[in-house]
Amino acid sequence: MKPISRIMIAVAALALLVLLFVPIWRIDLQAPQYPEGLFIQIYADHFAGDVEKINGLNHYIGMGTIHDEMFPEFVYLPKVLIGLAVFGVLAAVWGKRQGLFAGLITLTVFGLWALYDMYKWGYSYGHDLDPRAAIKVEGQAYQPPLIGHKKLLNFDAWSTPDTGGWILFGVLALLAGVYFLELRRKRPAKPITA
Amino acid sequence: MKRPLLMTGTTLGVIAGTFLLMNSLPGCRPSGTTKSVVTGDAASRVYVAPGTHDEFYNFVSGGFSGQMAVYGIPSGRLLREIPVFSVDPESGYGYSEETKGMLSTTHGLIPWDDSHHSELSQTDGVPDGKWCFINGNNTPRIALIDLGTFRTGSIIEIPNSAGNHSSPFTTGNSEYIVAGTRFSIPMGDEAARDVPIKTYKENFKGNVSFIHPEPETGKMSIAFQIVTPGVNFDLSHAGKGPSEGWFFFSCYNTEQAYSLLEVNASQRDKDFIMAVNWKLAEQLAKEGKGKRVPGKHHSNWWNHKTHSTETTVYDDVLQLDPKDHPGLLYFMPCPKSPHGCDVDPTGKYIVGSGKLAALIPVFSFEKIQKAIAANDLEGDFAGIPVLKYESVLHGEVKKPGLGPLHTEFDDKGNAYTSFFVSSEIVKWNVEKLEVLDRVPTYYSIGHLSIPGGDSKKPWGKYVIAYNKITKDRYLPTGPELTQSAQMYSIDGDKMELLLDFPTTGEPHYAQAIPAELVKPREVKFFKIEENEHPFVAKGEKETKIERRGKEVHVWMTTIRSHFAPDNIEGIKLGDEVYFHVTNLEQDWDVPHGFAIKGAATAELLLMPGETQTLKWVPTRVGITPFYCTDFCSALHQEMQGYIRVSPANSSVPLTAQTVSVDAEL
Repeated sequence: MKPISRIMIAVAALALLVLLFVPIWRIDLQAPQYPEGLFIQIYADHFAGDVEKINGLNHYIGMGTIHDEMFPEFVYLPKVLIGLAVFGVLAAVWGKRQGLFAGLITLTVFGLWALYDMYKWGYSYGHDLDPRAAIKVEGQAYQPPLIGHKKLLNFDAWSTPDTGGWILFGVLALLAGVYFLELRRKRPAKPITA
Repeated sequence: MKRPLLMTGTTLGVIAGTFLLMNSLPGCRPSGTTKSVVTGDAASRVYVAPGTHDEFYNFVSGGFSGQMAVYGIPSGRLLREIPVFSVDPESGYGYSEETKGMLSTTHGLIPWDDSHHSELSQTDGVPDGKWCFINGNNTPRIALIDLGTFRTGSIIEIPNSAGNHSSPFTTGNSEYIVAGTRFSIPMGDEAARDVPIKTYKENFKGNVSFIHPEPETGKMSIAFQIVTPGVNFDLSHAGKGPSEGWFFFSCYNTEQAYSLLEVNASQRDKDFIMAVNWKLAEQLAKEGKGKRVPGKHHSNWWNHKTHSTETTVYDDVLQLDPKDHPGLLYFMPCPKSPHGCDVDPTGKYIVGSGKLAALIPVFSFEKIQKAIAANDLEGDFAGIPVLKYESVLHGEVKKPGLGPLHTEFDDKGNAYTSFFVSSEIVKWNVEKLEVLDRVPTYYSIGHLSIPGGDSKKPWGKYVIAYNKITKDRYLPTGPELTQSAQMYSIDGDKMELLLDFPTTGEPHYAQAIPAELVKPREVKFFKIEENEHPFVAKGEKETKIERRGKEVHVWMTTIRSHFAPDNIEGIKLGDEVYFHVTNLEQDWDVPHGFAIKGAATAELLLMPGETQTLKWVPTRVGITPFYCTDFCSALHQEMQGYIRVSPANSSVPLTAQTVSVDAEL
């Protein structure tokens, strides 16, 4: 691979480390009684935002409370991110297209897994309701949207990537771009050397 | 001798005539005058659309309500009435164990006062939005309102004072807040105080106090008092700019009358404005001059961490006698019982408003200094030098109106004076002393207020009139009518009436400030982890009940929407029960109320993170309910509990619990 490609791969890999410090995902809630809105930010290892307020509201409809300790993801996610970054740097040093390909696949799998994991949690969060809840709406579940907007009783909920999420998408796009360019560069060269 | 009787007669005649005209001939007022003064677009200029905010806060004294009301300007909407000197059963202020102390004085708990003048704290002579002070006139006190919480932060009692009217005006950096006694009285030990009233001249003394609020905490203490001859002090204002370091007090009853003051204190053509060199007084106090004299007083301070009052009792006060310290006090003659005593934004001029006069004298600070240096005196009053009127005068505004009361300023060199008798506001130029414009007020204006209008930096957009009489301006409500204010625009050449709005109590003085200087300070809730109340329960696990002889203490919490505990048994007749209730909520605008059937101590209204204590003495055996009074959630109506009260000799064990549905299953 060209040196510039290898540098780009290294930069992309190191950018993954930023995800250890910035919020990755964000859920915004708005209701008539909450003009200023409520939000939760998901970091690699903890929640931030109005978690306590949302926990307080959820008891009316029987939703569980959320606490950092409930999520084993918060323990291993930082390690996985560091692992991915190391993998990326090694791929850059190695300089072979196969390394880049493997990194790209791993990262895509990681991203899909993360979305699936969030969906799975969101499903049980929104469906496993306390049967003694004060407010019960037949057939109503409170699963937050995976991405985009959803109306949940009096609340409008939006789920969107935060800084970290955008960085992750950026890294994926960058690696895919580098891989694509490397593929194109290599092909016309073949007949000459053959 | 001048012609005092003739002057008094004429003036009284004018006043009587005005009242007669208003009372007996309302039908003779030309119809439509009141409406015609409102210009076409007035409505849009005071309209603040739903959900948007006013541009200014207006802090208005509640008069005989003893409180302070907060309005939005330009809409005139009432935002809040802050409990200050009067008990407030709605919030439990003055009823809860913690707040009773705020109203404690050497006379015991005084549940009411007559609040007159609000004054914003200043930095460099400009309102800073940190505190607002207000005076209690009846049982002399000064209160400090914290503009982060819009609550009373401290109250200090003023000793050796009787009627704290000339108060609570501030120096340019709120180093001191002043209190001048309206009534002069004899001071000292019991024998010195128990004297015939007719010995006023010999035995009665006035004084002005300089109170220091601690910048960090707002705790107040009296730095020093200056003894004066027996007169009535009315209003005051600090110098600024070139006159920084001086304070000016208007005084009347220089006749030293002690009966029928209406006539007897209106005899002299001129009373005084008293100039105090407070920098000199401060230096003397620091040097240990003056002496400590009896003057027991309370200083009450609200501790935001313990959510409780801390009262300090002082036995004496430092007094400075001007006879021992020449240069401390000067009198300047001022026509006819001056009320307003106002310093213009440049600090060069002092405007006196003789409430029975038909002119406005404007004094020059520069000339005052020259006259003092040249010893240019017309004599002395009870040993205090009296400067020559002509020597200290910048000039007089001729024929401005009748009965000038109070003057504020805009940022273009103009003054606005209220006229009670002729019921109008008159705009005039301070340098040129020329009348520029006048508008009628409905009716009989007292004070007026321009945002920042007594400071170095007026925001000269509106002038607000605080009227003494409303008559036919609003829907009638029986013999007792609403009090009212009126707002005029002053950003053009002509003043224009924009709005009438009703006020609570009698609005005396008021102050206004851009909302942007106050809004960033707002506290949304009290952090539960910073709560240091001795009986706090920081979670439901910390709730409990404990008997201490006849006293029963309950550590209770509230959160949407239940009390913990909500089933209490084992209370006996003859017990005193203290409910220490902590609101566990940690979100803005989620208060809970706590009310018990038959409680003589009103209710508690608890802000998030706050702990307050309601004392309850049961009067009968049986089950007593309690509930939340502030609609807190969709399940607010479920927020309730029961207390079982048993006979004095009962052996029901003391228990407190919240019974979950699980336990019942």
